Amino acid sequence: MTTHEVARALQPIEAADPFQLAGQTFTSRLLLGTGGAPSLEVLERAIVASGTQLVTVALRRVETSTGGGLVEVLNRCGVRLLPNTAGCMTAREAVLTARLAREAFDTAWVKLEVIGDEDTLLPDPLELLDAAEQLVADGFTVLPYTNDDPILARRLADVGCAAVMPLGSPIGSGLGIRNPHNIALMRDLVSVPMVLDAGIGTASDAAMAMELGCDAVLLASAVTRARDAEQMALAMRHGVDAGRLAAQAGRIPRRWHAKASTPLQGRPDL
Amino acid sequence: MRITINGVATDVEDETTVADLVSGRADGRSRVAVAVNAEVVPRSQWEATPLGPEDSIELLAATAGG
Repeated sequence: MTTHEVARALQPIEAADPFQLAGQTFTSRLLLGTGGAPSLEVLERAIVASGTQLVTVALRRVETSTGGGLVEVLNRCGVRLLPNTAGCMTAREAVLTARLAREAFDTAWVKLEVIGDEDTLLPDPLELLDAAEQLVADGFTVLPYTNDDPILARRLADVGCAAVMPLGSPIGSGLGIRNPHNIALMRDLVSVPMVLDAGIGTASDAAMAMELGCDAVLLASAVTRARDAEQMALAMRHGVDAGRLAAQAGRIPRRWHAKASTPLQGRPDL
Repeated sequence: MRITINGVATDVEDETTVADLVSGRADGRSRVAVAVNAEVVPRSQWEATPLGPEDSIELLAATAGG
């Protein structure tokens, strides 16, 4: 089976368990960022293999932009665009960027990113909450990239964010989910959709996110910078699907000691 | 008159509008947005928005990222 055929075969399985985000239905629980791909051809193949229906895009100055052709590729893939505020460091800057993105992309959806530091790219929680509140009041559907802090996530949900998108570890680090307990706690505290965003390195990380109760996974670098982006996109898709199935299936409890799966009764006396 | 476009000081004709700037610099590109002096100019007002001396313009377009 080719990558393309496998990707297609997964569609009916995913369609049986759709995902609701701000009133829209998605059958794919994998959201893809577009940054980091070596070419638009690679990006397009990865998008198709991933089965994603929602991809993030940034806004940059026209002369430095490498976006020529990007929108056409995304339109051809039939995916919905989710503009982001990547690189913003203050609420003021993020709110203005979101308003510009609303004009450019004709959508009130925004992936809100307000980072506090260029080395860690970790969110600045105070600026993030401030920006989220302003954008919700302005009619935006706000999807905030946030720290793995359950209390902050609850505050973001309380001010009206349509989802919370906690990091697993720093953007592009590939370190996976460093604090799984916080992600599980967050699941208990917020009822809006939860999307694990940032830090995914490989397919088992994506599966873990779903097992911890996330509704979806957003990733970019792990696919776009993989040696074979298309194959990794398919792997991530399997990871998300497997994690979701496992989370729904109800895992066995962890035990300190072994529990035999073969009955002792009827054992021969040798 | 002298204005600043994406951080670069530039001389343009006195009657230049936002629409002129977009068609000159981002022709054929979809998904473009413009801010003048840190205020969003909606697409519907590009034609009717003249630029003034010392204006600072950000001309932005979709790019891969995030």
